[in-house]
Amino acid sequence: MKNRREFIKATATGAVLLGSQSNLGLAALLDKQADATKSKVVVARDPALHDQSGQLNDKRVQDLLDRAIAAYTGREKPIEAWKRIVPVGKVIGLKVNGLGGKGISTHAALVLAICERLQQAGVKPGEIIVWDRNARDLEACGLTISNDPSRIRCYGNDVAGFEDEPAAFGAAKNVKLSRILSQECEMVINLPILKDHQLAGVTFSMKNMYGVVQRPFELHANGCNPGVADLNAIPAVRDKVRFTIGDAISSVYDGGPGFHPEHLWQPNALVVGEDRVAIDHIAWQMIERKRAEVGVPTLEAANRPPRYIATAADADHKLGTNDPQRIHLMEI
Amino acid sequence: MLRLKSWMFTAAVVTILAASVTAGCKKHQADAFPASGAVAGWEKTSDTRTYDAKNLWQYIDGDAEQYISAGVVTTSTSDYKYQGQLEATVDVHTMGDAAGAGKILEAGRSKDAKTAQLGDAGIAFAQSVIFRKGPYLVRIVAYESTPDTPQALTALAHGVEGKL
Repeated sequence: MKNRREFIKATATGAVLLGSQSNLGLAALLDKQADATKSKVVVARDPALHDQSGQLNDKRVQDLLDRAIAAYTGREKPIEAWKRIVPVGKVIGLKVNGLGGKGISTHAALVLAICERLQQAGVKPGEIIVWDRNARDLEACGLTISNDPSRIRCYGNDVAGFEDEPAAFGAAKNVKLSRILSQECEMVINLPILKDHQLAGVTFSMKNMYGVVQRPFELHANGCNPGVADLNAIPAVRDKVRFTIGDAISSVYDGGPGFHPEHLWQPNALVVGEDRVAIDHIAWQMIERKRAEVGVPTLEAANRPPRYIATAADADHKLGTNDPQRIHLMEI
Repeated sequence: MLRLKSWMFTAAVVTILAASVTAGCKKHQADAFPASGAVAGWEKTSDTRTYDAKNLWQYIDGDAEQYISAGVVTTSTSDYKYQGQLEATVDVHTMGDAAGAGKILEAGRSKDAKTAQLGDAGIAFAQSVIFRKGPYLVRIVAYESTPDTPQALTALAHGVEGKL
């Protein structure tokens, strides 16, 4: 068990190591056409991701992932691209989201596709941890629980536990972080699933971090604002969660975050980037477009616009940008 | 004489209160979940898990607040499978009163909802059924849309309704 000082020190050291070794910031570095002052977000789509019977095609998911990563990094070969994304010899966490149950959770096909590419890029199976709140959430994603250190590990906060010493930022006080985040992972790839949210308006990249704390409901006040922004500004979250591969393969445009099949929709898309605020801004627009298409009131009209996105971009948080003029959106 | 009447009145009140509390406990402990085979084609595939208002977030974090504000007392849930293939989840929310159940039902009503003849009121979609009966709010969701799904869900819902 680490005390508070050791925990902070370890977190800071991890951030320094990642900064020098992981090559993130790669969008601007690798894509010579990219404007370095803009946050790059790739939305990759495949209308045939589901077959006519509604079954997800795993091979097409892999291909879609490769296209998204290639577009983001400017590297055609997936393995070369992934080597630029992940550090070697470090434990990589994949934070999924199974809260909504079987019908609306991060798809296993996406998780497995990422695991395959990580291993091809030199990450050992035992250096990959797929995690969420608990076994139920992980099983909802279609994943199998495993603690075998020689294989890809998959378990929840219910197994790993939480830090004794709380972290804090702004109004988020007494936040006890999952030890998977604070102690076990050097870098986290965020794998949220796009959903409407009764309280927050939209849940995607930043809101997925509610699954790394012990008592997420304590951050629900005022439409999760500034709870979402404050949580993401806590150093361990800000520094370790550095890349998002957002699952917009399926989504619920209303009634979320639970599974409401009557509001289910298949954008057949992945949303990729490093700027969590820009990603959530784009995700919000995707939800709004769908709501408009089916005649559901805007989130503003429903009195739950995701105000936490602007808060996350403000001078106190500086987590990214929600300014469309500063987002380089690539739709492929 | 007055003292005797007062004593008898007190005893009657205590008896009525005790009876209603007992009835309330029974109501809240009702096993609404049909056993495997009780509804043709349906198998109960998990244990029933029960949450109260304080820990409901563990099951439906983000959704819990609307149930709490409508007076949820407990939520019980169990998984089912139809003819070995179609998976579904049954949630039984015991609210404080019928008004709370009605509030949640109306919140779930949208323009494509069809009226379902279940309990005191019900609605159905292609892959889900929601109905209320007294203080109970039942939601059944299937994870796949097949030609059999609506009929199978309705049959399971009647099975649940009969146990409330």
